[in-house]
Amino acid sequence: MKIKLLVFAAGLLFIAGVNTFSGLADNAFNTGDTVLFKTPENFPSPVYTFQGNPLTLNGFKLGRELFYDPILSKDRSISCANCHQQFAAFAQLDHPVSHGVDDCLGTRNTPALFNLAWQQEFMWDGGVNHIEVSPLNALTSDCEMANNLPEIVDRLKKSDKYIALFQQAFHTTDINSQLLLKALTQFTGTLISANAKYDKVMRHEEGAQFDSEEAAGYTLFKAKCAACHREPLFTDLSYRSNGLDTRSDDAGRDTITHQDADHGLFKVPSLRNVEVSGPYMHDGRFDNLAQVLEHYNAGMASPDNLDPLFKPATKPGITLSMQEQTQLTAFLKTLTDHEFLTDPAFQDTHKNNEQYE
Amino acid sequence: MKKSIFLSAIVCLLAGAITAFNTIKADSGELSLNFKHVVNGVPLKLNDNSAHYANANNDEYTVSTFKYYISNITLTTTKGKDVVIPNICFLINAADPASLKQSITGVPAGKYKGISFTIGVDSARNFAGAQTGCLDPANGMFWTWNSGYIFLKLEGYSPQSTAKLHKLTFHVGGIKRQNTLRTFSHSFNKPLQIHGNEPAAISITTDAAALFKGQNLVDFAKLNSTMGGPNAVLIADNYKNGLFSITNVQQGRYEN
Repeated sequence: MKIKLLVFAAGLLFIAGVNTFSGLADNAFNTGDTVLFKTPENFPSPVYTFQGNPLTLNGFKLGRELFYDPILSKDRSISCANCHQQFAAFAQLDHPVSHGVDDCLGTRNTPALFNLAWQQEFMWDGGVNHIEVSPLNALTSDCEMANNLPEIVDRLKKSDKYIALFQQAFHTTDINSQLLLKALTQFTGTLISANAKYDKVMRHEEGAQFDSEEAAGYTLFKAKCAACHREPLFTDLSYRSNGLDTRSDDAGRDTITHQDADHGLFKVPSLRNVEVSGPYMHDGRFDNLAQVLEHYNAGMASPDNLDPLFKPATKPGITLSMQEQTQLTAFLKTLTDHEFLTDPAFQDTHKNNEQYE
Repeated sequence: MKKSIFLSAIVCLLAGAITAFNTIKADSGELSLNFKHVVNGVPLKLNDNSAHYANANNDEYTVSTFKYYISNITLTTTKGKDVVIPNICFLINAADPASLKQSITGVPAGKYKGISFTIGVDSARNFAGAQTGCLDPANGMFWTWNSGYIFLKLEGYSPQSTAKLHKLTFHVGGIKRQNTLRTFSHSFNKPLQIHGNEPAAISITTDAAALFKGQNLVDFAKLNSTMGGPNAVLIADNYKNGLFSITNVQQGRYEN
């Protein structure tokens, strides 16, 4: 009888184990009771499905620990979270460009981190081709964390804390850069922002409704912005020139493609959480949304490769009256996902417990 | 005395066991690839200021780093069938003697008329996310800002270089837009036999000067650095023919 019970229990465990994987079918990756990744109803299928990097609660927790740990930077002074702050949708508040070790200032604005599992390419110029290798740039750039992989792996291998955490997450103490990157991806890949007011309206959730200004803004948005900032990700992930300069100082997409036609093109950023993720543009030149809208209305330069969408008018840009700008701004604020910005699962656990090691 | 007889007996038994084991595995064999580095026929010495290597433009240079990937190693049988060695990638580094002798085990026994391999890392593995072993980005052969592996890296100095500190920085890689993947292939003078427990061995001489001769003349005053892109294609087109030559082939031996 005892044996029968044991077999039954083992069977249950097996089913529970299988469930984690069967979750792949409906794009929900579960670990026991914790849902770590679920495709929002109003989203397409993700590009990254944690293939070869099975999502687990321990993997996620390890990734979060690494994300918030300055041990990764050369002089142990900054962590990923220094430039990727949760309250700013994991962009960096008030910093036009990234701010690395030794007060080094980079050349580009820190991109926000959310819905990364829907992206094939990363960074303003799209140079990074896979979410798992996307942290390498910041980890090794002299002007960001300025470290190198052998040194980082060596530090982790010497840390009792990380030996234990890697053991729990990957069942090995043989820490290497692949496991470091996979763990970070288990954290960054699960940063999903899909609970803004906009989403609730789209999903017809109870009580969710645009007010008249937001509704007017949404109509304007669909007519004038949605071609590039395509719903529901609010970007079509393409590279375009929005007329910031006649000749851009930063070669942008050209750096990657070596095509002059791509000079000064940058990835269309998502507008989700745009209210809290300024400054704006690849170089953080605009401090607020009013400046951004005014750029589109009347401030646009006319480079040779200005995106054709800005060309039909008598002058480059998108004409927006003051009233329209107010309405658009009201709509853009419905893209702020307060649940995401304050989700305790994404916070620094040390800060929560007020205990640092 | 008794003890030593006992020990010898054990040693004999063990030796017998090992022989038996190998006989069973005689349907496959081992192939080793042994690399030697030269510049225009002269042995490559890293960081040697007295070396006076010269390119086809008569610019002098020295070499501080020379490393490259080879992958997709394929042997062609005398009957024309290609045998691809799966999941093999070697990172050969002139500064690391251990990397100069690479062994491939489990090569199907048989007669082969030729060998080919990819200089670099193929497309599938260039877009596969975080990897380990030979492809660990910690090996310093991965571009972090423009994802993908550096297939071949030569660094050094030339008085003619107009770069800072007269540096030469040739990092060749990229597939998608400017493709720098090249294939080396070679037909053996007589068939290579692989079988038994005596490894076959192929001696390969790699000529670093191949980057700077061939179809594109390289003038270090004008071209002293590539990080992928169109200029890396010029270098890859140069070395696709002259980088490797096979200087010796040693047959595998079958032992009973």
